Amino acid sequence: MNIIYMLIGVSILLALIFLAAFFWASKSGQHDDTYTPGLRILFDDEVKPGIEKSDEDHI
Amino acid sequence: MLQTKALQLDTICFHCGEALPATPLLNDDKKFCCAGCVGVYSILHEHNLTDYYAYNDVPGQTHKPKGLNFDYLNEPEIAAGLVDYQDDKITIITLYIPAIHCSSCIWLLETLHKINPAITESRVDFLKKQVYITFDNQELSLKHLVETLVNIGYEPLISLQDVVKSQQTQTTDRSLITKIAVAGFCFGNTMLLYFPEYFGLSSFEQDFKTFFGWLNLAFAFPVVFYSGRDYFTGAWLNLKNGVLNLDFPLALGIAVMFIRSIVEVATNSGPGWVDTLCGLIFFLLVGKWMQQRTYHHLSFERDYRSYFPVAVTILEDGLERPIPLDQLRKGHRILIRSNEIIPADAILLKGDAKVDFSFVTGESKPVQKVLGEIVYAGGRQLGAAIELEVVKAVSQSHLTKLWNNETFRIEKDTIMTFSATASKYFSIVLLAIAFGSGLYWMFHGDATKAIASFSAVLIIACPCALALASPFTLAAVLSIFDKNKFYLKNTAVIEQLARIDTFVFDKTGTISNPERAGFTFQGNITAEQAQLVSDLARNSGHPLSRELVKWLNLPQHYTVNNYREMVGRGLSGRIMQHEVKIGNAAFTGITLEKPIPGSTVHVVIDQQYLGYYLFTQQWRDGLKALTVSLRKGANLHLLSGDQDHDRMELMTIFTDGNQMQFKQSPQQKLDYIKALQEQGQKVLMFGDGLNDAGALKQSDLGIAVTDNINNFTPGCEAILDGASFSKVPAFIQQAKDAVKVIHMSFAISLIYNIVGLSFAVQGLLSPLMAAILMPASTATIISFTSITARLYARKNKLL
Repeated sequence: MNIIYMLIGVSILLALIFLAAFFWASKSGQHDDTYTPGLRILFDDEVKPGIEKSDEDHI
Repeated sequence: MLQTKALQLDTICFHCGEALPATPLLNDDKKFCCAGCVGVYSILHEHNLTDYYAYNDVPGQTHKPKGLNFDYLNEPEIAAGLVDYQDDKITIITLYIPAIHCSSCIWLLETLHKINPAITESRVDFLKKQVYITFDNQELSLKHLVETLVNIGYEPLISLQDVVKSQQTQTTDRSLITKIAVAGFCFGNTMLLYFPEYFGLSSFEQDFKTFFGWLNLAFAFPVVFYSGRDYFTGAWLNLKNGVLNLDFPLALGIAVMFIRSIVEVATNSGPGWVDTLCGLIFFLLVGKWMQQRTYHHLSFERDYRSYFPVAVTILEDGLERPIPLDQLRKGHRILIRSNEIIPADAILLKGDAKVDFSFVTGESKPVQKVLGEIVYAGGRQLGAAIELEVVKAVSQSHLTKLWNNETFRIEKDTIMTFSATASKYFSIVLLAIAFGSGLYWMFHGDATKAIASFSAVLIIACPCALALASPFTLAAVLSIFDKNKFYLKNTAVIEQLARIDTFVFDKTGTISNPERAGFTFQGNITAEQAQLVSDLARNSGHPLSRELVKWLNLPQHYTVNNYREMVGRGLSGRIMQHEVKIGNAAFTGITLEKPIPGSTVHVVIDQQYLGYYLFTQQWRDGLKALTVSLRKGANLHLLSGDQDHDRMELMTIFTDGNQMQFKQSPQQKLDYIKALQEQGQKVLMFGDGLNDAGALKQSDLGIAVTDNINNFTPGCEAILDGASFSKVPAFIQQAKDAVKVIHMSFAISLIYNIVGLSFAVQGLLSPLMAAILMPASTATIISFTSITARLYARKNKLL
């Protein structure tokens, strides 16, 4: 059962890494604008002409 | 579907979507409404950026060339105040661009490097309508950058307030998020580590008990000393000032839980209360965060600085030179070009001044000024360039000296919210019970039980649910208001709104609808004659003519010969053998028995006087119903900066003539509100222009009414979209209901507290019970407040 000491240690370490990742994201301003990046990903490199746009494209 | 779309595109401008004029401009088989739109299109076309039009139909905004002058950006002193960062290679600047409104805007503004390679990076923050631009300052000047943006239809708004911008709010916001993250992290981990304890450990697993105990304690430290630090400092500060607020029992509960946990783990006498402790702080911080949410795209702190330019052009020895506004002195000769703002009270020396004071008064009709007349600061010159001599410094002007008033220097008193009042009594009762039960067991000779019950009372009564009742109710109401286009600065405004007993309205732009003015014709006119008037008036740029054409709404039919316009007096022309003359009484050659109040346009066709058009204000939809409903429980007042020719009509709405004041200066408006407050009334002010800024600030609750929330609004507590003006009674009812919901949730959380306390005073409270009661009460309160607030909103027809 002593393996539990190690397992708990590892799981907390893993959780701490995620917490650190969250701190880094927050500090680098990734939570400052939670709206624009969602739109940015929708832009293609080149929009093909002649493709009929659907209404979902509008915001 | 395809066909209707094609048809639509045929009658509207390809760039901005406005209706095409009779002879649209053509470029690339596409039709445009004006030279500005064609200009933008050709720039984009030239740089292969026509994808702009692929993401949205008509993404542009009408782009009438304004001939703006950005010479001042070349002055290093002025530019230095605007940029975020600058070295000898690159410059980083944040620009506010009100025109940002769709995904095409984001795409284009982030592809700026294709237009000018010197722009190395540009990123848009859509909600804040800001763009962060990094550019090579050897290749491109700031002035050029701004001009490039203007040329593609994205004119940045550069105002005096940019120079004094502060970014403090963001850092506090971030630190709260980190605190929540830490508390949440520890809460999750301790919950897991407590499970074995609650489910029971067999005898050979007792080793783990100590291990888990110490591990839990380790998690408690960052939560108490980092995440929960504010509760201790808050409680301490309040105690020093002799105030008992909710922070005190919270801090007490946290401290007791923490100390008892250490003692229990160290003496191996129990598992401690760390999971309850972490959960408590986590939920409290989430509640705090809910309360702090703000609207990034709205500003509630604006004053004249956010609207005045950064610089002004002065004339020295016949040479033009831009100087920063704070260096403008009395006696300077300034040059105001078309569409520029007059920054200080000045005498008109040269040129034809036609000034739009809509920012100041809400009145959209431009005012004509003659040479030698004083032009007050805050107006926008619409005609050609004019020269003026400054007679007062910027801060001493008729308008801006309002901000020197002491009202603007003191922070508005925060109202005593219900939770603040209740928590005072709560703390006292709590301490009484804790000491009472402790002493009771002491007298019965059971010292261990005395300490156990004393600390258990402080733990279980820790008013987590109480502290969350207000933020969650108010946040729910805030989002309901938001859906109805009523934007509040913060949640405290809702409780303030529920207590208002006096309403004060500004007239122009607030209760009158600037978009919808109307005319009535006194006399007889045929449809054919109205057509003649419309065709004649179409040629004039005079605001009254433009309003008249818009109101008559007739398509152009005839051409006008011999057109003549006497500025500010009238127009004449020959249309289809008819001699048509419209204008004021003197111009049309008629004599009036008595002057007609209001703006009139007299009509003479073929030397025959037909009558006159009378310009009438249109009130906002539902004004009458609104005043009837508000009057039931409150006083209504009207404060107008205008002449009183609408008095009779307004009498039917406001009924009491003594409560209608006309010709009020900004200072008088402020004083009027102050006088009402001195009579003990809680005053709500509806205003829209800078001239209401003082009254909005002085009042207990200032609401700015606007038809476009991205337009300028003076500093206030709330911004109301004009379209929702008729819903004001519903908003007030909803605010009152919100206070009711808070009362009810207080009652619910008290029931939880009483249940917990009945165990605690007997010294029977176990950590497991606390670990169940605390989250259960929190969950009940959160769901109860959000559901009930929405039910009330449905009743008030706000959802």
